[in-house]
Parts: sequence; structure tokens; C-alpha cells
Amino acid sequence: MVEFTLWDILRNLLLAARWTLVLSLVAFVGGSVVGLGLLVLRLTGRYGADRLVAAYVQLFQGTPLLMQLFLLYFGLALAGLNTSAWIAAAVALTLYASAYLTEIWRGCVAAIPRGQWEASASLALSFGQQFRYVILPQARRIAIAPTVGFLVQVVKATALASVIGFVELTKAGGLIANVSYEPLLTYGCVALLYFAICFPISQVARLLERTQR
Amino acid sequence: MSATHRTAAPPEPHTQVGAPILRITALRKSYGTHAVLKGIDLDVARGEVVAIIGKSGSGKSTLLRCINGLEVFQEGSLIVDGRHLLRDNPKAMRELRQGVGMIFQSFNLFPHLTVGQNVMLAPQLVKKRARQQNAERARALLARVGLAEKFDAMPDKLSGGQQQRVAIARALAMDPAIMLCDEITSALDPELVGEVLRVVESLADEGMTLLMVTHEMSFARKVADRVIFMHQGLVHEMGPPETIFGAPRTPELRQFLGLMEGSAA
Amino acid sequence: MQFDFWSILVQWPLLLRGAAWTIGLTATATLLGAGLAVAGAWARTQGPRPLGWLVGAYVEVIRNTPFIVQLFFIFFGLPQLGIRLSPGIAAVTAMTINLGAYAAEILRAGIEATPRGQIEAAESLALSRAQIFLHVVLPPALKTVWPAFVSQIVIVMLGSAVCGQISTEELSYATNLIQSRNFRAFEAYIVGTLGYLSLAILLRHLLNWAGPRFLFGR
Repeated sequence: MVEFTLWDILRNLLLAARWTLVLSLVAFVGGSVVGLGLLVLRLTGRYGADRLVAAYVQLFQGTPLLMQLFLLYFGLALAGLNTSAWIAAAVALTLYASAYLTEIWRGCVAAIPRGQWEASASLALSFGQQFRYVILPQARRIAIAPTVGFLVQVVKATALASVIGFVELTKAGGLIANVSYEPLLTYGCVALLYFAICFPISQVARLLERTQR
Repeated sequence: MSATHRTAAPPEPHTQVGAPILRITALRKSYGTHAVLKGIDLDVARGEVVAIIGKSGSGKSTLLRCINGLEVFQEGSLIVDGRHLLRDNPKAMRELRQGVGMIFQSFNLFPHLTVGQNVMLAPQLVKKRARQQNAERARALLARVGLAEKFDAMPDKLSGGQQQRVAIARALAMDPAIMLCDEITSALDPELVGEVLRVVESLADEGMTLLMVTHEMSFARKVADRVIFMHQGLVHEMGPPETIFGAPRTPELRQFLGLMEGSAA
Repeated sequence: MQFDFWSILVQWPLLLRGAAWTIGLTATATLLGAGLAVAGAWARTQGPRPLGWLVGAYVEVIRNTPFIVQLFFIFFGLPQLGIRLSPGIAAVTAMTINLGAYAAEILRAGIEATPRGQIEAAESLALSRAQIFLHVVLPPALKTVWPAFVSQIVIVMLGSAVCGQISTEELSYATNLIQSRNFRAFEAYIVGTLGYLSLAILLRHLLNWAGPRFLFGR
């Protein structure tokens, strides 16, 4: 039997944590792009798009991320696409993040007084111009803190990718716990690493929120 | 020179039947280096109605809030109804507070409770008054302040004047020996001031000991047995209302009363 | 490509049993977690300093680590200390600890928003500190934060899907069981996901209805 030292455990976890970070980043960036698109779609409100986006948000916020992961994993396979756990996780988390981000940002846009839209419209700005030059700069300021806060949620959400077999921090923890016979220590280290990633981001979000007021 | 009038107080009042219900001795309070109360001596007799006037920042509200321990003071002593105020002893503090009612400028009704529940809460929790008796008492008190029909209403459905009258009923429910009123009409629209002052006046008529910080000079003149003018953390001038308002001795009081008349005009 | 939902729906007793588990887990964790939250919020706002710090650390640890790791730590890690919990108990424990931390933080914000005058009025009426907290501070605070509280309970309910991974027999476990029998994975997860969606909507409505009625009046 191989003896695992604390260093062995930590080193392997650290290596796996890279994938947690990569997946988080992909989901966050992808989610931001999709989320922004959905936001614009929702604001223009054409062809019932606003209701469709609202339903989309409801769907992702009203079902477990775990089930979303399974659905994508098996759904993509069913559609004949050759999926890996990595692709399925990246797509699922991107969609998940987009739903939350679009909802967060919608709130920020709604917080901008109607008068701003009306004033810019009365100056003959197009919808795109109103959004781009008047609303967005103001909404962006109040959106930063909750968006950074949501990044923590994304990092934690990536842990579920372990369930469909993607080897990131949590999955690696499970594998190491099995071979080292040190589940307490291993999962303790896993938690510690997540904490080391998330806590600083939480603090930044809190700081931003405070300076904003 | 500011405390010369202390000699005007009756000699050895606490040995008499009308012993002071409130005795404040050399009370000092400061926030950091800023002294708010610079040595207050004050006796209030049972049944006496005392009005405290003065500019904002003169320490009058702070003095009132010291009497039931809402503010901590650094020096001096305070005795209410024979009980020393001991800020560090929660039990003694609660004993004392049972005898001291307070009505606030901003009413401070509990928004989640009905009017009746507001009145019944403290007697139920503190005095362990029986439910039936408590409810009867609350109804009687609300009737007394003219709000019998509002027993089941929520506070936010009431006008300011009505809320303040509920607050009075709530304080009365604890059977206080002395009632503190902290600018209780300052947050009210002018047309609602009268209904509150009428209730306070009826309390005075019934012999309740009242200590009120007020801007209502005509009310103070009419109801108070004694008026205290506070200035820069001290009792600057004190006497019966006729004297204080009719023949103010110090320039500060004269100026203050002038200011008041000026602003009222 | 052909879908076959029928072969999933004929397994309705399994699904129902799973849903019942999910509801039971959520209900238990909500009750226990709410108690934990009230105690935690009290400790952080009015309790002794060191206790407040301790609760603060607990809240931060829980909020900055994934639920699945908390669950695995409890179910796989704790037996090393001789604490061996059944899947059901481990799930309820993890959910309670998780909800307790988030809800304590939510409630704390509500408590800190209590106007100073409310507390002074209660003090002047000779109420004790405990009475003030329970009767004057807590009810309006609960009312203020109730929507956030409801959202958090729904999040915990949805998060409980992970408990199937330690073979707690809740809805996702039942779904997984069905797909492993008939290999209709996609259909099974569609049905399971819709089950969660209905539970989430029902739970939200139930709590929004019950809160004002039973907890803080009107």
C-alpha cells in the first residue's frame, strides 16, 4: 500500500484545482456573453422574447444544476454529438451562469430611473444608443459587486462537474480519499482549497458593495 | 451663577410626604471629550409637571434619556422612586424602568403588532399580567386616549397623532410612577398636535408625574408646575412658568424665548 | 431519435417515493436550519464577542465551499472520527448546516435594519434583552427577509439533488435508478428535472403563503 503524506494529497489537489479554475472561468466568461445577449433580447422585448428569457431564467433557477448537467451530458450524446464530461460541464455551467447573470443584470438595469431612458429617447437616440451610452454605464457600476459575488457561486457550482466524471478539485478529492484512506484529511483539504479561492472573491465583492453605497 | 436657583427649592423635600420621586445629583455625561451634561441637580416631586425647554444641543433630551438608562452617564447619581439607577445591573435597570414610562418623538410603535398587542406586550412579558386582565386594561387605556375602536388596527394604518396616543397608552399600561415625554409632538403635523397634548394634559390633571422636553411653549406655560431652561449642559434657569416666561432673568433665556417667538411669527 | 417517456412514468411509485424523500429532507433541514439561523443571527448581533466571531467563521466557511464537499466531508470524512451517519441523516445534517449559515447571514441583515427607536421603546418598557430580541426585533426582521429566506430554502431543496450521490434515496437518486434499469437516461432526467421544477414552484408558493400567515402576521 502506498503511503500518502499530506504533501502528496495537497499537491494532487492543487493540480486538479487548476481545472476548477479553468472551468469556472469558461463558465463565467461564456455565461457573461450569453447573459448579456439575453439581457438585450429581454430589454427589446420583441416577439415575446422577454417572456421567453424569463422562462429560461425560471427553468435554470428552478431546477437542480445536477439535473441540468445530466440532461446535457445525455442529451448531447442523444443528439449524436460526441461529448466528453468536459464539454458537457462547460456548456451546462455556461447556460447556468447566463441565466443567473442575465437576471442579476436585469435588476441593475431596472434600478436605473425610467427618466434616463425617456431623456435619452427624447434626444433622438436609438434603442441601442440609449442602452450603450446612457443605461449601460450607469447599470455597470451597480452590477459589479453582485457579479463578482456570483463568481463565487460559479466556482462552487463547478464542483458538480465531478458527478459526471470531470476530474476537477472535488473529483480528485474523491479519488485521493479512496486510495489514501484519509477521507477526513482529503475532504478537509478540498474544502480549504475552495475556501482559498472563494473567500478572497467574496471579500472583494463585499468591499465593492460597501464602496458603492 | 447658573445654579443659584437651587436655593429656591423647598428645604429637605425628601423627608416630607411629598418626597421627590426623582432626585438627580451632580449628573455629568460626555461623548468622548464633548461634555453634554455638566453637572445637573434636579428634584422632582410626586405629581409635579416639569417642562424642560432649551435649544437643540442643550442636553435636554439627553437628560431625559439618562433617567431611564437609555443613555449612560459618567458621574453623579440618579434615584427614581427610591431606586438607584445602576446601569451595569440589568435586573435593577428593569426594575427601575417599570416605574418610568417614556414617550418618544418618533412614536416607536412595534410595526408587527396590532395596537392592542403593542399595549399588552410589556405587561404580559414583564408584569406577567393575566391575558384577560391585560386585554381589559389595554382596552380601557385605549379608550382613555380616545382610540377604543383601533384595538385591532395595525400601527401603520394610523395617523401620527393616533400613533402617539397609542404610545401613551402603551407606556401607561406599565403603571409608571413617572412619565418622560421627549418632544412628543415634534414629528406631528400641526393639526394633530392638539389631540396628543390634550391627552398629556389629562394625565397631568390626574396627578401623573410628568417630565417633558417640549417646544410647545404655550402648552408648557399652561400645564407645567415648573419650567426648566437648559443651556449648554446645565440647568440655566428654573421656576414657575409665570416667572420663566413672564420675567426671564438671564439673557440666554430671554434670547431663547425671543427666538421662539421670532420663529413662531 | 425517439423518446419514450412512458417507460419512465410507469415507474411513478419510485418517483413519488423520491419526491417524498426530497420534501422530507427539505422540511427537516428548514426547521432545524431556521433554528440554527436564529441562534447564529443572535450570536452575531447581540451575543458575546467570541461567540459572534465563531459564528462568523462558520458562516464564511459554509458560504465559500461547495455543498457537495460539505456533504462528502460529513458522509465520508467524519466516520474517520467515529461519527458514522446514515445517508439520510448525513444529508439532513449537511443541508441544515448549509441553510443555517446562509439564513443566519440573511437574518442578520434584517436584524441590523431594526430602527434604534424600536429597541429603545422596548427598553423603556422594561423588557429584558431576550424579550426584546424575541418579541420586538425578530418578528419584523423575519418579515423583511422572508423573500430572501424563501429563495434560500428553494436553493437548498434543489441542492439536495446532490444527496443522491451518497445514496440518499431522494428524487435524483430515484431518477438515476430508473435510467439504470431501462437505459432511457435523457427521458428519465427530463421527468426528474420537471419534478424538481414543480417542487420548487410549489415550495415557493407554500412558503410565501405560510410566512405572513403563521410567522409574522399580516
